[in-house]
Amino acid sequence: MEVKSKKSKEPKQGMLKRISGPVVTAVNLDAHMYDVVKVGKEELMGEVIKIQGDNTIIQVYEDTSGIRPGEPVSNTGLSLSVELGPGLLTSIYDGIQRPLAVLVDKMGDFIQRGVSAPGLSHDKKWAFKPLVKAGDKVQGGSIIGEVQETNIVHKVMLPPNAKPGTVKTIKTGEFTVEETVCILDDNREFPMMQRWPVRVPRPVKEKLNPVIPLITGQRILDGLFPIAKGGTAAIPGPFGSGKTVTQQQLAKWSDAEIVVYIGCGERGNEMTEVLTEFPHLEDPKTGKPLMERTVLIANTSNMPVAAREASVYTGITIAEYFRDMGYDVSLMADSTSRWAEAMREISSRLEEMPGEEGYPAYLAARLSEFYERAGLVKTLAGGDGSVSVIGAVSPPGGDFSEPVTQNTLRIVKVFWALDAKLSQRRHFPSINWLNSYSLYLDTLHDWYDKEVSPEWNKLRSWAMEVLQKEAELQEIVQLVGSDALPEAEQITIEVARMIREVFLQQNAYDAVDTFCSMKKQYDMMKAIRLYSDLAYSAQAAGVPPNQINAVKSKNELPQIKFIKDYKPVLDKIAKDMDAEFNALRSAS
Amino acid sequence: MKEYRTINKIAGPLLFVEKTEPIAYGELVNIILFDGTVKRGQVLDTSDELVVVQVFETTAGIGRDSGVRFTGETIKMPVGREMLGRILSGGGKPIDGGPEIVPEKRLDITGAAINPYARASPNEFIQTGISTIDGTNTLVRGQKLPIFSGAGLPHNTIALQIARQAKVLGGKGEFAVVFAAMGITKEEANYFMQDFERTGALERAVVFLNLADDPAVERIITPRLALTTAEYLAFELGMHVLVILTDMTYPGYMYTDLACIYERAGIIKGKKGSITQFPILTMPGDDITHPIPDLTGYITEGQIVVSRDLHRKGIYPPINVLPSLSRLMNLGIGKGHTREDHKKVSDQLYAAYAEGNDLRGLVAIVGKDALSERDRTFLEFADLFENRFVRQGYNEDRTIEGTLDIGWDLLSTLPVEQLVRIDRDMINKYHPKFRNAEKAK
Repeated sequence: MEVKSKKSKEPKQGMLKRISGPVVTAVNLDAHMYDVVKVGKEELMGEVIKIQGDNTIIQVYEDTSGIRPGEPVSNTGLSLSVELGPGLLTSIYDGIQRPLAVLVDKMGDFIQRGVSAPGLSHDKKWAFKPLVKAGDKVQGGSIIGEVQETNIVHKVMLPPNAKPGTVKTIKTGEFTVEETVCILDDNREFPMMQRWPVRVPRPVKEKLNPVIPLITGQRILDGLFPIAKGGTAAIPGPFGSGKTVTQQQLAKWSDAEIVVYIGCGERGNEMTEVLTEFPHLEDPKTGKPLMERTVLIANTSNMPVAAREASVYTGITIAEYFRDMGYDVSLMADSTSRWAEAMREISSRLEEMPGEEGYPAYLAARLSEFYERAGLVKTLAGGDGSVSVIGAVSPPGGDFSEPVTQNTLRIVKVFWALDAKLSQRRHFPSINWLNSYSLYLDTLHDWYDKEVSPEWNKLRSWAMEVLQKEAELQEIVQLVGSDALPEAEQITIEVARMIREVFLQQNAYDAVDTFCSMKKQYDMMKAIRLYSDLAYSAQAAGVPPNQINAVKSKNELPQIKFIKDYKPVLDKIAKDMDAEFNALRSAS
Repeated sequence: MKEYRTINKIAGPLLFVEKTEPIAYGELVNIILFDGTVKRGQVLDTSDELVVVQVFETTAGIGRDSGVRFTGETIKMPVGREMLGRILSGGGKPIDGGPEIVPEKRLDITGAAINPYARASPNEFIQTGISTIDGTNTLVRGQKLPIFSGAGLPHNTIALQIARQAKVLGGKGEFAVVFAAMGITKEEANYFMQDFERTGALERAVVFLNLADDPAVERIITPRLALTTAEYLAFELGMHVLVILTDMTYPGYMYTDLACIYERAGIIKGKKGSITQFPILTMPGDDITHPIPDLTGYITEGQIVVSRDLHRKGIYPPINVLPSLSRLMNLGIGKGHTREDHKKVSDQLYAAYAEGNDLRGLVAIVGKDALSERDRTFLEFADLFENRFVRQGYNEDRTIEGTLDIGWDLLSTLPVEQLVRIDRDMINKYHPKFRNAEKAK
């Protein structure tokens, strides 16, 4: 265990002086910042967040009702840490890594307090297969063995801050996470499990520039506003605009190897939905249940607010741990606004000077520290790994000028702007194509060129131009009606409608349409482009717009979304469009 | 129990008491006035120097001479099966002239959070008989779905219609309604009580009434009493409980306060009962971005929005489906729940109504003649939708099939190639123009 321990000093028992909701004050306590302490007779878990004279101010992760001044407080001398090792995958934790399934066994269906439970099972045995041998030089972060955890291979590493050494003994066989599997020649012993303080980023060798997109199977994201593996994105939107559905779609279909999903201050039923659904959904790449690559953190809105504050750190630390094994990890945080509100609530209990809209002055710093933990990296073990972070933001009243949205947009590279107007007309995903952006387009350009088609980047720009043009034309249409537009522009309106309805709209609940491969995205966009080209040339040849709009074969295009083996159908539509337009041209 | 006479300061609903023994955070406090009246409050902040007490009633009459007794426990309420059929005050005291509640249990009113792992996913369709809910914003058992309304709109009538008609198709189990009114007028209260009595709903209801002239601070505990009762009925007695909270619009509530109320809904694995919540909010100035509806919308699983425009057009129930939403809808509809075409019909109705509704704005400027033929059919669709799908009687209890068939009838007025949200198979099977041909095959 490599966490700084101050146990050498005589631990002094402190005493509670004041209780104000989740924030309590102790006196006579020997403490350092962010030490974990046990509060009151029931030993509720808390963390030191301020030291002032003889007063130690503690945020408590459990409900403090019934606690009185005079009750004892003791310091564990440890920082708030998570247990990292085999057993993380498929787990669901609260904000301080207590496994919720274990809590149900220990305290029933409702969250009670004063119960602790380790993050990993300390009894379960895992088959450990060594990857080093005696005499090998190892150092912090070295991969020393592996465990087949689910369909995912869990690499067992030395803790990042372990000093270099030479392997003396390495074991093979079945071990619990606490049993020693590796001994170095200076007799340091290492089990499979390590602990890491959540507020400290895990070290890496080097941060790299992201050049590969995180493919999500969502057309508007992959096609128009991609996020890179190791990148950061924000999804702000008013309630009901589809933040959670989008986050869940990303958790389901993004081509990361590991997914960490943090339900931070959100609805209980949403986590249940994930828990019920994920074991039955297949990873499109591996065919294995999605749950096997997933770690869930659920600190719902009515669970203690201090644990909500900790939940994003718990989540990102677990994500970094898998990254260090060389995996691509994507982390969804729903919602970072609830995290910010937890900070605000604690800060006001601390009677700190409030900043903008009551949020603490350090809000911007905390947000950027969090997003900075994303990245494509060279790991200590020498491999490549990444953490992509996608944060939902819930701005009050849907107003993007509020502090959490604004401070987030300063940091993240991708902005998916949700729009209530779109969701009201059931245009899903209701991401506004005019306001959203991705700053990764340049760095990902080559990937699309090579992996999709040399035409793709051009097609993308073309689609964006048409949508932009449509927005301008719509302003005119609002005044004079669409029939008053010049003929060519009437075609633009129709093509833009097709891009919106065929390409951008995607049905998350349709078995086929829920995930759309990049290849299919390209084929669909190419078909719309074909219609566009045919329509303009027909118009140039003198075919009137109402005849162009009446072309029947194009009406089949929306059906493509729902067809798995779409290629023959799409080819036929292309042929029919060609034929219909030919007939129109020769008739005119 | 020790009585302190050390009140040092009274400000708003807060009392500051000095020189006490160690007092627990969250303790229930009795304040004894000179005439013997007892008021209640709760400890908000406690230290060895000063205890801050929030009083649940008006502080009128409290002074330096008032006594303060700390009860040593958090606020608990008696619960029992006998509560069914009873009318209680917003503070939980019987006001129907009946006897005190004989407790089977005493429960903490703050309630504990349901462990997300212990929850079962809600997926049972509740048929309310109202098309705009069943068809396009489906309610499922265990959901919390607020009604966003405005002053003078018939939200209470809608709530009563739902309470009366709500059923799970082929469902068994005991039903109960817990109804909590906060700050409503005597007249509104009578309206509810008469309807409950007329329809016989009172027998299976527990009613909490905090009237407009009752202490406002009591409203903080009324919803908690209601939900504690609901949890007892649902999770200990195994009943399916529908909780109606009206009106949830009162100031001072922050996100966590509201969450701790609304999250007390759902289903627990291995338990028979369920809690479905219908909070009602009147949005000040019909403003959906007002903090209370805004925070509510972020916590609840959708919202039913009552529209003043539709109400003015004389349409009942004036539910505007466009800003309305049921987040759990997809879990409770489709094959095995309602009908396979439900989702796609609903999406198509939304899209077409939204488009028609937009065109109304345009017509106001350029006139109907400037519209293309396609646009005209959408414009007409919007009117048809309001008059045939939205509009229905206060006693009209539509089946889900009936609702979906009305939907198809309306969609059949549009050119079939405009139905882009629906796949061809469904169109062949359900579209009035093709379904008979399909059957004949």
